[in-house]
Amino acid sequence: MSAFSAIGEEREIEQDEYTPGIEPQPTWCPGCGDFGVLKALKGALPEAGRTPDETLTVTGIGCSGKLNSYFNSYGFHTIHGRALPVARAAKLANPGLEVIAAGGDGDGYGIGGNHFMHTARENHDFTYIVFNNEIFGLTKGQTSPTSPKGHKSKTQPHGSAKEPIRPLSMALNAGASFVARTAAVNPNQAKELIKEAIEHDGFAHIDFLTQCPTWNKDAKQYVPYIDVNENDDYEFDPTNRDEAAAMMRETEESLHEGKVLTGKYYVDEGRPSYQQEKQNIGEMPDEPLAERYFDDDYDWERSADMFIDDHK
Amino acid sequence: MTDDELIWRIAGGSGDGIASTSQNFAKALMRSGLDVFTHRHYPSRIRGGHTYTEVRAAPDGVTSRGDGYDFLLALGDSFARNPQEEAYYGTEEIKPLSENLDDLREGGVIVYDSGLIDADEVPNFDQRVEENDWHVFPLDLRGLAREKGREVMRNTAGVGATCAIADIPVEAIEELMTDAMPEKILEPNLEILNEAYDAVLEDYDLSGVEVSCPEGEHEEEQVLVNGSEGIAYGAFDEGCRFIAGYPMTPWTEVFTIMSKVLPDVGGISEQVEDEIAAASLAIGAAHTGVKAMSGSSGGGFALMSEPLGLAEMSETPIVLLEAARAGPSTGMPTKPEQADLEHVLYTSQGDSNRVVFAPADPAEAYDHARRAFQIAYEYQIPTIILYDQKLSGEYRNVPASHFDREPNPDIGQTLTEDQIAEAPHEPGGKFQRFRHEPEDGVSPRSVPGQKGGRFLASGNEHNEAGHISEDPDNRVAQVDRRSRKLESIREELNEDGLNVNYGPEDADYGVLAFGSMVGTVEEAVDRLNDDGESVKALAVGELAPFPEGEVREFIESVDRVMVVEMNASAQFRGLTQKQLGEYGPKLSSLLKYNGNPFEPGEIVEGFHNTVDGEETTDHQTTFVPAAGD
Repeated sequence: MSAFSAIGEEREIEQDEYTPGIEPQPTWCPGCGDFGVLKALKGALPEAGRTPDETLTVTGIGCSGKLNSYFNSYGFHTIHGRALPVARAAKLANPGLEVIAAGGDGDGYGIGGNHFMHTARENHDFTYIVFNNEIFGLTKGQTSPTSPKGHKSKTQPHGSAKEPIRPLSMALNAGASFVARTAAVNPNQAKELIKEAIEHDGFAHIDFLTQCPTWNKDAKQYVPYIDVNENDDYEFDPTNRDEAAAMMRETEESLHEGKVLTGKYYVDEGRPSYQQEKQNIGEMPDEPLAERYFDDDYDWERSADMFIDDHK
Repeated sequence: MTDDELIWRIAGGSGDGIASTSQNFAKALMRSGLDVFTHRHYPSRIRGGHTYTEVRAAPDGVTSRGDGYDFLLALGDSFARNPQEEAYYGTEEIKPLSENLDDLREGGVIVYDSGLIDADEVPNFDQRVEENDWHVFPLDLRGLAREKGREVMRNTAGVGATCAIADIPVEAIEELMTDAMPEKILEPNLEILNEAYDAVLEDYDLSGVEVSCPEGEHEEEQVLVNGSEGIAYGAFDEGCRFIAGYPMTPWTEVFTIMSKVLPDVGGISEQVEDEIAAASLAIGAAHTGVKAMSGSSGGGFALMSEPLGLAEMSETPIVLLEAARAGPSTGMPTKPEQADLEHVLYTSQGDSNRVVFAPADPAEAYDHARRAFQIAYEYQIPTIILYDQKLSGEYRNVPASHFDREPNPDIGQTLTEDQIAEAPHEPGGKFQRFRHEPEDGVSPRSVPGQKGGRFLASGNEHNEAGHISEDPDNRVAQVDRRSRKLESIREELNEDGLNVNYGPEDADYGVLAFGSMVGTVEEAVDRLNDDGESVKALAVGELAPFPEGEVREFIESVDRVMVVEMNASAQFRGLTQKQLGEYGPKLSSLLKYNGNPFEPGEIVEGFHNTVDGEETTDHQTTFVPAAGD
């Protein structure tokens, strides 16, 4: 019998189960795009059939890191840039958990960029939502890795000399098997994409455009947006890697020309998740490792029986 | 030269199989009933470069390398040659002979491979041989190996010659080779071993050679184990089934052992992109209830600083290893030093909440690893094992029964779902994972996936359900509770005996040491007492929380104390003074930071310095007098 009866529980799940019983006063500003992520996530999880007690949200630092403060599930509010490695291990140790990692553009593409690349490369089976507002919000408006070239801030008084990160292309090249972009102003698309990401077996990256009305007033509110999967002007096959790459590039470039493109850009259902890859080479237990510590009948191996003879 | 011990040094190129040959040799002597100790010296290169391993063997108790040694097997450095140009890099190829002469004792034995080494190229060789009364055996080991098998088997030929000269029964080596070698290479090796053995007996008159191997007998069966193996097996027996890491010398040795064994028992090993990720993965796994570890050496451990703080603040139980090496920065990657003590104690922002152990030998490495896991999970706190390059690869014999213990997979105060249902929740529904009131500081936890156990873990200061809080009263309550854990741990550890007193209880003088230097200090204490001095030692195995009572009692019980450590800034003496708030005028320091561990004789000399005010003649160590002296 499982020590985790919340995992795999079959029942109707109400959307408000994900709202804390006493709702904390959010630290997000009025009009912040982060509310859009919260709402979309609350909508997606019940539709994907996952309960609060089997869900672990792992966040980094920044306004985005507060996501699990306003969300009723198990949560781990980690440190700047390190949500992904914490999330990876939690998923490996107990694969039955629904793991959602989240952070901002500075958190995920800047300080945590190395982890982003390797998590995508390894194709860990969880969803990663990056709140992309093209600015450092919580520290009051510094230029971030996704700020456009020429962006002026107190730390870049002459305007940024750097091209912004291309998050979608980066995810694709690193190996993510699901890549999407959505926007806070588009709650239905956001909910659907998050649901698909949750159901995808592998690393699902969602670049989530979240307007910052306080520190990034110059930036667009990401309207009007175009859904590239629905709009007839855009024809590409998200299962075709080359076509996806071209679409991503156009999307990344057009953002700073005032055209907000969103949608599901790439999906590879054929690529095994990291957990499956490890299982294939005999490096993953068949039963969740976390269960073993609650199993009174498990016969724990001893070094005296396994190794000591070789030392005689 | 003494009758009751043999110190045999095998020297050659890095990559020439020096490590495995010396290990087999040590094991053979252990099986014959002797106590053994190995000391290795190697450069940070894949192949080539000067490397040696010493095997010291005696009938009762060897805890250290010796002062010098008495038998050199110089194999020649097969990687010193540039194959393209048939050229030598300077005199690299003769270094296994030339570089090892300074430490060879008078009357010692030299066996060198005349097939690879031309002794004429060693400056003043004949003169030095005569002056020191060395017995020299130039043997074409390479030629013999080529003739009967393959060139790499010249190590075996050298061991055969060693047996003949040092009066070691060749059967002991035969038996070990039969156990250790695959059949294909066993036959030629056995032939080469015996051929070399017979050749020496036939060709040389050994009557003048006084170097010989003693005989001994063990009361119970022994195993040959090094520090890294001790740590790994201790972790294994505590139910550790998750490790994450990034390669770095010398921590890699434990990581390698765990990565090999864990998949066989349904455990998980993850080699990841950097040490920040490694420590973070350990936290992620431990958060779900799994027993997890990570580790690194100096620079890699520096990257773990921030996750270490996260484990402290979120009260996630993890065990980290710090296999120190000479620093700062890349320093000397394959050389031991104890200069990471302050780094391990204080790194990461804020008031630290951690437990630090420092084992002294392979048996203690096992014990401390077990204790580190027990404390981490019982008290929901990161624990660190600080060791170093010396202990990492140092082999000693340990009674096999030492490892014959029950496993302990217990993960501490983690509630079941039934218990969670009864436990306090905040009005909003979240489980109160971080309650203020527990006396011992430990607030029981739930793990994700358990029904009703939802809470927020956070690196931010937080309230009882884990939500970010900057309320002053809550802040004080949470800081105080986390501090109470350290008090509880101190009380529990006081019963443990991980700090070891050595020597006569009523001695006049004291030596204080921690970690891998302890065995050498013990030998120095023995020698000093044999010479009529009155000395004892305290080996501190728990560095944080500091065992104030025990250390104070020790210092109070003697006239003066010399603190022995492998670093330049006297960190352990500084820690002792800081923790006890006094004793500046009572504590002197003996320091060494040249990349080589202390020899017992250096500590003996340092003692005379502290007690008798004798000037030191050894410029490899530094004596720092007590304040006011």
